[in-house]
Amino acid sequence: MRRLITQVGEWFDRRLQLAAPIREVSEHPVPRNTASWWYVFGSAALVVFLLQLVTGILLAMIYVPSASEAWSSLQALNHDVTLGWFIRALHGWGSNFMVAIVLIHMVQVFLFGAYKFPRELTWIVGVFLLLMTLGMAFSGQVLRFDQDAYWGLGIGASIASRVPIVGPVIVKLMLGGPIIAGATLSRFFTLHVFVIPGMLIGFVGLHLLMVLKLGINEWPMPGRLVKKATYATEYHELTKKDGAPFVPYAVWKDLFFAAFILLAVAACALYFGPFGPTGRPDPTIIQTAPKPDYFFLWLYALLSLLPPSMETPALLIGPVVAIMALLLLPFLSGEGEKSWRRRPIAVLTVLLIAVTLGTFTHLAGFTPWSPHMNAWSGDPVPQKFLHGTTALERQGALVFQVKQCRNCHSLGDAGGQRGPALDSVAVRLTQGQLIRQVIQGGGNMPAYGKNLSPAETTALVAFLQTLHPAGQAPARDASRAVAFEGSGENSSAVRPSSRP
Amino acid sequence: MSNENTFSRRGFFMKMGILFNGLVATALAVPIVRFILSSVTRGRANAYLSWVPLGPVSKFPEGETRLATFRNPYVMPTDGKTVDTACWVRRVEGDQFQIFAINCAHLGCPVRWFPQSGLFMCPCHGGAYYRDGSRASGPPERGLFEYPYKVQNGLITIEAGELPTPGAPTAALVGRKPPCAA
Repeated sequence: MRRLITQVGEWFDRRLQLAAPIREVSEHPVPRNTASWWYVFGSAALVVFLLQLVTGILLAMIYVPSASEAWSSLQALNHDVTLGWFIRALHGWGSNFMVAIVLIHMVQVFLFGAYKFPRELTWIVGVFLLLMTLGMAFSGQVLRFDQDAYWGLGIGASIASRVPIVGPVIVKLMLGGPIIAGATLSRFFTLHVFVIPGMLIGFVGLHLLMVLKLGINEWPMPGRLVKKATYATEYHELTKKDGAPFVPYAVWKDLFFAAFILLAVAACALYFGPFGPTGRPDPTIIQTAPKPDYFFLWLYALLSLLPPSMETPALLIGPVVAIMALLLLPFLSGEGEKSWRRRPIAVLTVLLIAVTLGTFTHLAGFTPWSPHMNAWSGDPVPQKFLHGTTALERQGALVFQVKQCRNCHSLGDAGGQRGPALDSVAVRLTQGQLIRQVIQGGGNMPAYGKNLSPAETTALVAFLQTLHPAGQAPARDASRAVAFEGSGENSSAVRPSSRP
Repeated sequence: MSNENTFSRRGFFMKMGILFNGLVATALAVPIVRFILSSVTRGRANAYLSWVPLGPVSKFPEGETRLATFRNPYVMPTDGKTVDTACWVRRVEGDQFQIFAINCAHLGCPVRWFPQSGLFMCPCHGGAYYRDGSRASGPPERGLFEYPYKVQNGLITIEAGELPTPGAPTAALVGRKPPCAA
C-alpha cells in the first residue's frame, strides 16, 4: 500500500516537479527565536481568509444579489436552508476575526521593526492588504442588504459627495445610478465577490513570496541596529549559526494557533449566531437608527463629535494622511533600532491610536450625541421633582415633557445625553439665563422661541428653577438687586433672587 | 549577417504584434469605459430627474408636516422596495408648501418630524432642524434638502429622482430655494 502511494506520488512529481521546491521552502532555516507565539498572527490571518473564501462560496450558492430578493434570500439562509444560519455566522464572525487579526499582526510587525530594510515592500503590500480587508468588511456589510446596509450606503454616498469637483461623479459610480437601488447592490456584490478577493489573493501571494525570499524578521534585540550595508550578511549568519528548519521547528505554533482561531470563530458563530439581517431595506420605513458594524463604530462616533466646519476636511484629508503615513513609514525609518524596548515613540503611538479608537468605539456603543427619539413619551417626569411645587411649576413640568426636552436632556437619570442633565440646572443658570436659553437656544441647542407661547415659557422656566439640590440655593443675578435698589424700584421685583 | 537580419525581422514582427494588441485594446477600452461610466453620463444629461405626483393637496392639512412617499422615476427591474422614497411635506398655507428630502443634510440618515417640539431630528449623529427645514443644531452644515414642487389641479408634483447628498450639484438644485436662516 505504502509502495503504491509512493509510486503515484513519484508519477505526479516527475511531471509537476514540485516536491523539491516545496521541501526547500518548508525546511528553510529561520532564526531560532522567531519560533514564538508572537509570530503566529500572519498565518492565522491567512487561515481565516481561507475560511472566508470557503464560507463565502457556500453563501453565494443561496444568496441572490438583487435589491428585491437579497433580504429574503438571507432570511431563507437563516431559517430554511439546513445550517445556513451557521455558515452565515461563520462568515460574519470570520470577518470580525479577520479584521482583528490583521490589525494585531500589523501592530506586532510595527513594534518588532519588521517593516525596516529589506522588508519595506512586504509592509507596503501589507498596508494594501489591510485596506482590502476593510473594503471587504464594508462591502460585506452592504451585501447583508438590510436597513443598516441601506442607510450605511447613504452615509458612504454623502461622504463621497463631499470630494471637491468629482464628488457627484464618485457618488453615481458608487451607487450605479441616481439612488441606492438594485444596481448599487450588484456592484458591491461584484466588489465583494470578484474584484477585492481577486486582488487579495494576488497581494497575499506577493506578501508570502517576499516573506520566503527575504526571510522572517529576526527577534529584535535592543541595540542590534539595522544597516543596509550589512543586514543581509548578518541575517544570513544568524540563520546559519542559530537557525532551525521552519518545518517542524516553528510551524507547530502556527498550526495550533490557526486551529484555535478557527475554533474560536466557530464557537462565536455557534453561540451568538449570524448578524442580522435587521429590518427590510425599505426606505419608506424611517423608524430606524442605522449603525455600522463593529469595526466602523469609531468612525460613526468621530462623525458625530467633529465640529461641523472640520468634518469635510477631516473626512477627505484624514484617510489620505493616514495611508500616506503608513506607506512612507518604512522609508522614513528603514534603518536603525528594531526593538520596541528602545522605541518609546512607536509604543506610545500604538497606545494612543488604540486608546483613541477604543474610546470612540465605546462611545458609539451608547451614542450620547443622538437624541432619544422616544424619551419624552416613555419616561414621565419623576415624582420627586414635583413634590411641593406650585400649579405653575407643574404646568411647566408638563411643557417640559410634551415639548420633548427629554429627548436631549436627562432628568433623574432618564432621557437623552445630547444636552446637559437638568437635575440641578437652577444652580447653574439664573431665571434670566434660563429664559434666554429656552427662547434663543445656543451652544448646540435649538431655539424654542417660535414653538413656545410666552405662558408656556414662563411655566417651563418656573419648573426649571425648582431643579436644584435641597441644600443648594438656585443661581441668582447679583447685579439685579443692586440695580433695583439704586433706582429705588419696588423691592417686590427682586423676589425671585431674594430667596435664601 | 543574415542571422542578424532574421533576428531584427522577428523583432520587428514582435513590435508590430505589440502595437496591434495595443490598438485593439484601445478600441475595446472605449465601450468598456463608456459602460462603466454609464451611470454618470446618464445623470449628466439630467435623465434621472422628472416630475412625480405626491397626491392631492387635500391630503396635507394646513400648518402641518406629514410623511409622503413616492416611487423614484428611474427604475430597474431588480430594485424592489428601494425605489419607494419618503419625504416630509409641510403645507405652510394654501398652495404654499415645503417638501423636504427624508435624508439628513449631514450624512443622509432618515430624519423624523416631531410636531410637539417642532423639530426634525436625525437618529444617527444628532442633527436637528426647525419646522422650515433650517438647521437648528448638530453636525449638519446646512438645512434640509428641498424638492422643487408644483401644484396643479389640486395635485402636488415634485421634481425628484436623485439621492440628495451634501456635495452633489443636485443638492444645490433641490436647495435652490434656501429656507430662511434661523
